[in-house]
Amino acid sequence: MEPASPAVSTRFDEADVPRPGAGRLARLGARRVFLYGALLVWAIVCLFPIYWTVTTSFKTAVNVTQGHLIPWLDYRPDWRGWRSLGLSPDTIDNVSTVREEFLSRFTNSAVASLSASLLAILIGSLAAYGLARFRYRFGFMRNEDISFFFLSQLILPPVVLALPFLVLYKELDLLDTRIGLILLYTLTVLPIVIWIMRDQFNAIPVELEEAALVDGLSIWGAFYQIVLPLALPGMVAALVLSMVLCWNEYFFAALLTSVEAKTLPVMVASQTGSQGINWWSMAALSTAAIAPLLIVGVALERYLIKGMTAGAVK
Amino acid sequence: MTRTVVAEVPERPPPKRYGWAGSLLVPAASALFVFVALVQALHVAGVVSFGFANWRPVVCAYLAWGVALCVGQVLRRGEDGVRVLFIMPAVLFTVAMVIFPTLFGLTIAMTDWNLSSTAGRQFNGLDNFRQMLGDAYYWNALQNMVIYSALVLVEYTVAFGLALLLNQQIRARKLFRVVFLLPLMLSPVAVSWMIGKSMLEYRFGPVANLMRWVGWDNPAFFANPWTARLTIEVMDAWTFIPFMMVVLLAGLQALPKDVMEAAEVDGASRWQTFWGVTFPLMLPVSITAIVLRIIFKLKLADIIINVTAGGPGGATDSVTSFIFREYRDRSNVGYGTMLAFVYLILIILFVTGLLKLLNRWTRDVT
Repeated sequence: MEPASPAVSTRFDEADVPRPGAGRLARLGARRVFLYGALLVWAIVCLFPIYWTVTTSFKTAVNVTQGHLIPWLDYRPDWRGWRSLGLSPDTIDNVSTVREEFLSRFTNSAVASLSASLLAILIGSLAAYGLARFRYRFGFMRNEDISFFFLSQLILPPVVLALPFLVLYKELDLLDTRIGLILLYTLTVLPIVIWIMRDQFNAIPVELEEAALVDGLSIWGAFYQIVLPLALPGMVAALVLSMVLCWNEYFFAALLTSVEAKTLPVMVASQTGSQGINWWSMAALSTAAIAPLLIVGVALERYLIKGMTAGAVK
Repeated sequence: MTRTVVAEVPERPPPKRYGWAGSLLVPAASALFVFVALVQALHVAGVVSFGFANWRPVVCAYLAWGVALCVGQVLRRGEDGVRVLFIMPAVLFTVAMVIFPTLFGLTIAMTDWNLSSTAGRQFNGLDNFRQMLGDAYYWNALQNMVIYSALVLVEYTVAFGLALLLNQQIRARKLFRVVFLLPLMLSPVAVSWMIGKSMLEYRFGPVANLMRWVGWDNPAFFANPWTARLTIEVMDAWTFIPFMMVVLLAGLQALPKDVMEAAEVDGASRWQTFWGVTFPLMLPVSITAIVLRIIFKLKLADIIINVTAGGPGGATDSVTSFIFREYRDRSNVGYGTMLAFVYLILIILFVTGLLKLLNRWTRDVT
């Protein structure tokens, strides 16, 4: 702490400031430089792969192999990658089988991730509410045990279920169907939804429901009319997180779908092997695959963070 | 965490009138379910000629049984039954989707079952287990999982550093937070392509070029087992560091302000404040972040399948990617399932052991 200086300060006073103060200022400046430098470096680490993918989708073969980086300066952007997908301005009106395939994979991914997330939120929220408010006893299972039963599904690696489900779905005629995928995706996100929603319901005061019950609402009425609106932010958080996980899921989709219900990640993965790599079309495909989530993620970032930090911080 | 029962309100008398219907409904539905399953089982076994084309009707019967169980609960137990309805769907769903397939998987694990051959399944007892004991590639994959999991600590260090950066007084914090979060939203398959195949490309990938510029003459990322493993780890870390960062940042922001200020007033340096105050206070959050991250890490597969397919010589294989390939190449579900079950048991032992250990350790520290 500096000693109290005279109220009226002149330029001479500033010149009189002892050297340690200047050193401190320099140290502070260096700290700032380091801080923003580190932030910028990591921002580049995060953004460059995305930048690279988006720009590569506008490159021709020569531009790719020469490692050009900056459009207009290094190379002339070309719709090459998007044309091969049938999504460039000059091909958008033409019939394109690739575009047909892309759109069907896109729809599969969207339907599967959205339905699975909604289903998981529906049954997960109900279970979380029950566990947060009532006491259950099924044989030896108390609330804690039931919660643990649900949350323990999180450590179950997908590979344990994959092969049994392959056989089961074959018997059930559910291989290569959206319903089959939706059921499995619901299963994978259910523990996360229950985790988030239990945290959410625990944060809502019980008195609200007690008042509602006294006012003559039934248990379900109180849940639907009083609790649900309050828990909506948590549900959006759970929904966004589930959607991200389901949209990106590859392992089950690769094993259980082949023609009809193939999802976007499987399509992206299957492009690499065939005849060399068409860098531009792969880049365009990847861009199209990650774009929806980038938009959702940036727009709903607040909810995503809320979902990920639920229960972690007491 | 306190749980309160919302039952202190005027209790309505439970509608006992239909109790008999409830007691009748559930056994009836159970009987129907068992009957349908039995018919189909006998049909498949070839004992009876009538039956269904596939097992779907059995699933429908299970659904009907579930509905009957719920209705029966309400009819028999009134208000209590209504409460049970809340967890019923999730319980029935999880039992059908986890418990049943797991039990079914146990029976598969003890068979020799090649899906592409006509021989069908043959019971072979513990042969798969014996084969596993001699499978060097499986042990190698398990060893890789240990390495990958241990590297979570490095990820944790980076994530903590980033969380500390974001917790400073900085401009545009929100922008940086969004940018830092982006990798988490990308699908591992897209990451495999964008980074693994494209940016690390030996001839013209930007990262390879950067490495040449730095002084590594021969930036072949997947030629040598250790560089390959580390490259896979870096890609996986890149997508998941934001997750740990967000959790740790939330922890930092929830730290009691007065304690931090007290440390500052006492004249502690930043370094001392961090090790003496911040780090110990952050221990519970850190443990949550690390344990969750390890759980996710144990499922690692997509990047490996798509970038190296386990190569060179199985050096990058995770257990999941190994089983995936094992099935793809030989379509033998029996052996693959046995490997997966052994992995599951190891994971359960490891995670419960880890949690016990951490519990005891945090109790000693705090």
